[in-house]
Amino acid sequence: MTALLEVLGLRYQPGGHRILDVPAFAVAEGEVLAIIGPNGAGKSSLMQAVGLLQPAEFGEYRWEGRSVKLPAESLALRRQMAMVMQDSLLLSETVYHNVALGLSLRGIAGAGLKTQVLDMLDRLGIAHLARRPARRLSGGEAQRVSLARALVLKPRLLFLDEPFAALDVLARSQMLRDLRGLLTADRITALFVTHDFSEIPVVADRVAVMFGGEIRQVGTPFAVFNRPADPAVRELVQVAHDLVRTLQPESANR
Amino acid sequence: METIWQGLAKAYELLKAGDPELYQIVWLTLRVSGTATLLSILAGVPLGVWLALSRFRGRGLIVGLVNTTMGLPPVVVGLWVAIFLWRSGPLSFLGIMYTPSAMVVAQCVIAGPLVTGFTMAGISQLNPKLRLQLLALGASRWQLFWLLVREARLSILAAIMAGFGGAISEVGASMMVGGNILGQTRVLTTATVMEVSKGRFDVGIALSLILLLLSYGITYGLTLLQQRGHQA
Repeated sequence: MTALLEVLGLRYQPGGHRILDVPAFAVAEGEVLAIIGPNGAGKSSLMQAVGLLQPAEFGEYRWEGRSVKLPAESLALRRQMAMVMQDSLLLSETVYHNVALGLSLRGIAGAGLKTQVLDMLDRLGIAHLARRPARRLSGGEAQRVSLARALVLKPRLLFLDEPFAALDVLARSQMLRDLRGLLTADRITALFVTHDFSEIPVVADRVAVMFGGEIRQVGTPFAVFNRPADPAVRELVQVAHDLVRTLQPESANR
Repeated sequence: METIWQGLAKAYELLKAGDPELYQIVWLTLRVSGTATLLSILAGVPLGVWLALSRFRGRGLIVGLVNTTMGLPPVVVGLWVAIFLWRSGPLSFLGIMYTPSAMVVAQCVIAGPLVTGFTMAGISQLNPKLRLQLLALGASRWQLFWLLVREARLSILAAIMAGFGGAISEVGASMMVGGNILGQTRVLTTATVMEVSKGRFDVGIALSLILLLLSYGITYGLTLLQQRGHQA
């Protein structure tokens, strides 16, 4: 697979404090790359840096193999991406207006806008909420709206920063399945930050493990969880192995 | 109590009679304070947004300065603006001393920090991640500014109301740089002070009631706008 995004020599150190130091990082077209690691590892910062939302230093920033000039091309590139965060961060408007926001920012209006918004609301099963003020939504509904707001843009690259962390386990499971279906149907490339390892097999094609602002290992979920590259990664993935062992029949644990 | 009734009666009488001097004073009051508020919005809202979102060395000093100037005594403002506009002052070439323009300048110094300070507080109350989220949805710098202002519209309308209230209610600055000249720089507050100092309490109370009515009417309009925004 060819790389949609490739960055070399990424550094982010506001006030001299090192947050990110990533010599090379790439995301292949169409893949979902999960990013895991402890709190403060730099997962969200990595997304914000490659999403051109923070003023990080890049040795080189390549998009579809072409070297991009920053910050000159920053806005044009940002408009090929979208992000869903843990907080739904909806504006104090109706659901319809929230979902239409990104398209409006791109100058899309009229019937074209309406069709795209209503179609996306329908695909996410929230068409009945279109006229409801965003502040009157439940947590699960708000996060569906947030997802619809990002997906309606048909982004080439979607950033998902613990989008379902605040949802209960049933809502999260449903959202994950819906998300995977939409990503596959629209062939959207995604970076997915999560602390919940059970989400990885549902959505991720590959996993990147971060510690202290560095990427320590990138590979398939099977490779990362079964062949950790260093002791820190081993300690992190051990949590998943412990969980699996706990769920085995008691006779198997003896 | 009798003086208050006399003042109410006088206010009704003045308004009913369509006294041209009164209407001229009311119009000038609206023109001066309205212009000062508008200029304060144009400068104060962008400055407030910028101060709320930016992080740079010396920001604390500027924020402290804005907060301090939110409570400037109007008479002090009047004195300093007058010093700058006097014939010997550094801005004497403008030739606006004792004109409505000088009063607009003085009221801007009073209203500007109020609009800036309350705007800054309103934007600071938004979720700090909202800025990143809007950028991630493809907002340009101007679109981001406009969206944040819209999202903080309730606070910003409060900022505008505070600015307008500060401008229309001050008397010391207008007196010092305007001079309370009949037909040229006399506004409701300076006229009220003058009538009271002459012992014409009924006229003074009448003017103050008209000022309150005017201020209430405009603030009520802004409040309606604010509450409509709250329902969205």
